[in-house]
Amino acid sequence: MGMNMSEKILARHAGLDKVEPGQIVVCPLDLVMANDITGPPAIKEFEKIGKPVFDPEKIALIPDHFQPAKDIKSADLAKSLREFSRKNKIKHYYEAGRVGIEHVILPEFGIVAPGMLTIGADSHTCTYGALNGFSTGVGTTDLAVGMATGKSWFKVPEVVNVHLTGKKPADINGKDVILTLIGKIGVDGALYKSLEFSGEGVKELTMTDRFTVSNMAIEAGGKAGIFPFDEVTKKYVDEHVKKNYEPVAPDADAKYCMTVEINLSDLKPVVAFPHLPENVKKVEDIGEIKIDQVVIGSCTNGRFEDLQIAAEIFKNRKVNPNVRCIIVPGSQAIYKAAMHAGLIDIFIDAECVVSTPTCGPCMGGYMGILSAGERCVSTTNRNFVGRMGHVDSEIYLAGPHVAAASAVLGKIATPSEVK
Amino acid sequence: MKVEGKVWRYVDTDVIIPARYLNTFDPKELAKHCMEDIDKNFSSEVKAGDIMVGGKNFGCGSSREHAPVAIKASGVPVVIAAGFARIFYRNGINIGLPLLEIGDDVEKIHAGDILEIDTAAGTIKNKTTGDTFKSQPLPDFVQDIAKTGGLINYIKEYGDFKN
Repeated sequence: MGMNMSEKILARHAGLDKVEPGQIVVCPLDLVMANDITGPPAIKEFEKIGKPVFDPEKIALIPDHFQPAKDIKSADLAKSLREFSRKNKIKHYYEAGRVGIEHVILPEFGIVAPGMLTIGADSHTCTYGALNGFSTGVGTTDLAVGMATGKSWFKVPEVVNVHLTGKKPADINGKDVILTLIGKIGVDGALYKSLEFSGEGVKELTMTDRFTVSNMAIEAGGKAGIFPFDEVTKKYVDEHVKKNYEPVAPDADAKYCMTVEINLSDLKPVVAFPHLPENVKKVEDIGEIKIDQVVIGSCTNGRFEDLQIAAEIFKNRKVNPNVRCIIVPGSQAIYKAAMHAGLIDIFIDAECVVSTPTCGPCMGGYMGILSAGERCVSTTNRNFVGRMGHVDSEIYLAGPHVAAASAVLGKIATPSEVK
Repeated sequence: MKVEGKVWRYVDTDVIIPARYLNTFDPKELAKHCMEDIDKNFSSEVKAGDIMVGGKNFGCGSSREHAPVAIKASGVPVVIAAGFARIFYRNGINIGLPLLEIGDDVEKIHAGDILEIDTAAGTIKNKTTGDTFKSQPLPDFVQDIAKTGGLINYIKEYGDFKN
């Protein structure tokens, strides 16, 4: 029996010819990542171990969640990360003005590449599966031990094969694909498992679509969400990655615990209702739901193409008078590209707020906290109770197309409803 | 470890510690806000030794280790659930908070019941109803981490991973 992509990456790193689901392997890590929330407690645990960092070039510490500091305690967290990075000569530490959202900039800076094994003290570390890597979220203790030993233990996961067919319609993007999948299999549909994507439909998805899809693998409980390496990946990697890398492909007789079929041609713009990402409905079926706020950005949908999709809808239109719309480019480079392409003009003319790159609003940190009873359409990844503010607020997850159309119309809407 | 305590029963949760409190990682501060978005009484009324019991995919969402840290700092010595989200599960083991998975049997435990638990053996006795349950055993590799009291102690003791 052959191996799937998850097994191949783990076997290669463990120095084994073959691994099987359920087997526990100890693997050397290619990258260890944390942010300003998870990094400081990891540093504290790291110091208890009493070893030096295993490799300052393979650690990334990204102050993106509460930075530029939203309050004094957050400034203290940033300071801890900064001082540790300086002391230990951490290569991938980036200060405000150079930083962006971790899962946007690590691919953009060429730090993650195909075939790599990455752990990150952030649950959306699974994003790098879009680039054909095995990357997964861990907590601060695993991260501390990773920084000290350069290793972590993994239980080889079973794999859910997500078989994509058909053609992607013009009004569909990666968010519709992943929300539709989570709607089918549920928020624990891939618990302790990896998602791997296959089929003719894969080539229909842009790199931006794939980042969005892999990013939300964790919202199905997934340990990773891995795409095969193809021409689309190669083009992106050629533009960003300077180091050697070794992609993986699944064997023809690789084993999967389950196959889920998604025909892209059948997809419609969807939205996930409060308070779980599995509460997915077609926007055309939901009736009138008025909203107070829209957020377009995050590690899920803060890339240039996401902003382009939103700008197409905002061009020569205004945000509805009853709505605040906050746009958060995922990195400085995306911000600049959007500015040169005229997108920022379109957003400001449409009366949107345009923010510096930050995770702020997505997890109720800052930059758009919701009051009791308020409803937000957000391109972020979680709509749990109280995630973006008051426990009595509501979050509706959607792609940038639905978010922008909703901002214009003041209710959850498809792009085709915007006249 | 043998413990006996009163049950705090939750269904699913992703709101063990809201992100607005993540500007600190002081366990005592985190404990003050543990479960606050779904149960305002928890932090003020929980007693050391009380046991938290949850449903499926318990602790889903964020990788924040602040969540099991907040539970442990509240005085809860063990969490029982139908099943745990993967990252939460790892984090619990890593910080030395025993987590017992018992599947559908969790429906036979109610708020206020008194449980007697042997975490090493994975046995749970519901003293209120008389029911007994057995949890899924941890893989040997993971048991070694649990036995040393968490991953930091494990690495300090062995110097590295054992295999």
